[in-house]
Amino acid sequence: MRAVELHDITKRFGTLAANKAVHLTVERGEVHSLLGENGAGKTTLMKILFGLYQADSGSIRVNERPVAIRRPDDAITLGIGMVHQHFMLVPRLTVTENVIAGSEVARHGFLDMATAVEDIAKLAERYRLRVAPRARVENISVGQQQRVEILKALYRKADLLILDEPTAVLTPQETDDLFEIIRRLKGDGKTVIFITHKLRETMAISDRVTVLRDGAVVDTLYTAETGPAELARRMVGRDVLLRVERPPSEIGKPLLEVCDLSVASRYGTAVESVSFAVHAGEILGIAGVEGNGQLELEEAILGLRKTPSGTIKVRSLELGSGPDARRSVGMAHIPSDRLRRGVVPDFSVAWNLILGSQWRRPFSRRGALLRNEIADYARRVVSQYGIRCESIEAPVGSLSGGNQQKLVVARELSRDPDVVIACQPTRGVDVGAIEYIHNQLLAMRAAGKAVLLISAELDEVRALSDRILVMYEGKIVAERKSDAGESELGLLMAGHRAEAG
Amino acid sequence: MTQKNDLTSVTAGARSRSSRLSGKVRAALTELGFSAFAITLALVISALLMITLGYDVGLAYQSMFRGAFGSLRGVSQTLLRATPLLFTGFAVAIAFRAGLFNIGAEGQLYWGALACALVALTVEGLPKTIAVALPLLAAGLAGFLWGAVPGILKARTGAHEVITSIMLNSIAIFATTHITSRYFMAPGAVDQTERIVAAAVMPQIIPGTGLTAGIFLGIAMAALVAWFFGHTALGYDFQAVGRNVDAAEYGGVSSKRIQVLAMGFGGMMAGVAGGIVVLSLLNRFVANFSPGYGFTGIAVAVLGRGNPWGVVLAALLFGALDSGGMSMQLFARIPSDLTIVVQGLVIILVAAPAALRAMVRWRKPNKVEPVDVA
Repeated sequence: MRAVELHDITKRFGTLAANKAVHLTVERGEVHSLLGENGAGKTTLMKILFGLYQADSGSIRVNERPVAIRRPDDAITLGIGMVHQHFMLVPRLTVTENVIAGSEVARHGFLDMATAVEDIAKLAERYRLRVAPRARVENISVGQQQRVEILKALYRKADLLILDEPTAVLTPQETDDLFEIIRRLKGDGKTVIFITHKLRETMAISDRVTVLRDGAVVDTLYTAETGPAELARRMVGRDVLLRVERPPSEIGKPLLEVCDLSVASRYGTAVESVSFAVHAGEILGIAGVEGNGQLELEEAILGLRKTPSGTIKVRSLELGSGPDARRSVGMAHIPSDRLRRGVVPDFSVAWNLILGSQWRRPFSRRGALLRNEIADYARRVVSQYGIRCESIEAPVGSLSGGNQQKLVVARELSRDPDVVIACQPTRGVDVGAIEYIHNQLLAMRAAGKAVLLISAELDEVRALSDRILVMYEGKIVAERKSDAGESELGLLMAGHRAEAG
Repeated sequence: MTQKNDLTSVTAGARSRSSRLSGKVRAALTELGFSAFAITLALVISALLMITLGYDVGLAYQSMFRGAFGSLRGVSQTLLRATPLLFTGFAVAIAFRAGLFNIGAEGQLYWGALACALVALTVEGLPKTIAVALPLLAAGLAGFLWGAVPGILKARTGAHEVITSIMLNSIAIFATTHITSRYFMAPGAVDQTERIVAAAVMPQIIPGTGLTAGIFLGIAMAALVAWFFGHTALGYDFQAVGRNVDAAEYGGVSSKRIQVLAMGFGGMMAGVAGGIVVLSLLNRFVANFSPGYGFTGIAVAVLGRGNPWGVVLAALLFGALDSGGMSMQLFARIPSDLTIVVQGLVIILVAAPAALRAMVRWRKPNKVEPVDVA
């Protein structure tokens, strides 16, 4: 039995075709991956199925009957639930209140909270969605919030669950838990559509996979009959090196030295007396589950946060205050939160490429912007780094996530820095761009620069780093060589004590 | 290979430049179209209002148009009334680009006017240019200092500039009245200073109309503001703070400094507005002289979408509504309150662009903004 058939779906936004004559068939009871790079049209397609967008043409059948889905309400009535990439929860409300919002149970006109709590507890038990029904959403972890979203869909009797990039916010352990939940859902006869751009996860969890590229379906395959290399090739349209080559390199003097650094946050100490040095020709990776002080460490190194104690030196020189002093001594920085820190989405590509250098030559002289120089530079960088944009005057907000990140990387690395602070450099970036960014960082290493890589992606840290530090609750809890095992690092990240020695 | 790449990138550059131009022009025309539609709609609704109240709509709009554009005197009245609004419009628009709401233009205008008048009382014997320029500089400086206060409060304590700048308006109005009556009062019943010296009076372009070179100053200022935002590193910093304060900080911009400067620059514009009113219209400082130039400036900035040339057009429109309203009252016996109603309708309809766009979309269904394609 077919749970969903999308037939010849086309959707345009202005001149851009987000979906081009897409066919998709999902069997009941299967886990079906929708694989593709950012901007390939995965989310758009699923938003059409969920009634958030209307297709320009094409038809939809659910449970082998033609249907019209005009609003999410229609989709929910048909037993379709969607967990969005950005959760739609009210932080101040409890788990139960969030789950029932919009379909509250009432008795004599009063909210029947006891029954609701009981129902939700039952559901949670059945699918191993461990979460406290009376906890406030603002106090629970991101992984738990995701379970609340899944509960919301199940509470509305969803038979088909759409999960949009569900692992983007999860730790390796939480991802394993999610996969366990998905297997239970499947065992119970539910259908799951799993949107992702990660090959490993596609291979691990799905029965079949449909690859999308540039809005069109490339192929639908049985996962058992394919492999990561083939999927990557179909996804990007060319051969992709899944593992970058990391040749031996000459380790030189320490370029960045962090000594006994502590950072305060609103909730107390975020980073506690952290010390390390990054040498010329070295990539030092800091692994850790997000929220263990990495952001505070990053902002302290960049000069955006006060440090009660500790010193940061570049080339043995202590730094002045503020980001500008960092740039002057040759520090470049790829921020972990691209849209918050990395770019001004309303600014043009050209203006974003000079962010941080707007007062420096050759982009300005005595405070006046030199527009020709800026335009020449922008055109050169855009073509050199292969940033895909309509023009250098296009607002950066109109670029895909991968191209925005390429822009940030291009801006920072084209300054010819000595020290590169790369934070979550490939978050929300597709396979092709990941390969590109990794190679750029390795090129910096080969050129004798010092690279500090702060990342929650364990694969990335392991593939790139010469040494790995593990950060947990604001402290460096372990140092390992690059050949350390994944499970060992995973356990360290989760706070398990390092074994003696 | 490399050569070919260069070639394609060059042609791509050329193509993008031409498409960018037409794109910008198209965007500007769309904005203009929406504003024109809003104005027309406001006039239609006002017409319906006049009909229900039993006025002659034809006569009313005829005399309104004549009053605003129909004669040299009408045109100069329109320009005269637009002049202070130009500057108060910039006062709001500049702060707005840095993400701040300057509701304090009215108070900044009063300090500018008083400082201007006091300096203009003393410039006896100086050449005309300097005798006019010095008081205007004083006006700008006073406006800057008063305007910077909410900026400093925000940077230091996080106090919201809307609240502080509104409150500072009342303080400015009462303080300037007090200072005038206590220290600089001219003989008579009115709280006003002596007449400024003749050298400081701005000459009239067309004698008898009251129109002075202030309007040209305003248009020159629009060019300066446009240049500031498009061509200077400081203008870049202003807009970076306005659009994404975290990224601006990351780019080495001190957002606190920009907040103080943006409010200060805004205040400077409002101060100059006050100075021009003193030098060209009142020829002295008069307590409580402003009919709300600073507040209308907010509407002008909103209607002009924060764009300096948009502000020019919006100020001209408001000037025209003002002078047209006068003659509408005179010839069609329609109370001037109705002019205010028309102005209000224009603001509501323009300030609610979402509603207007929705109306347009209503006719062309299925046109969704490309927000979330990824």
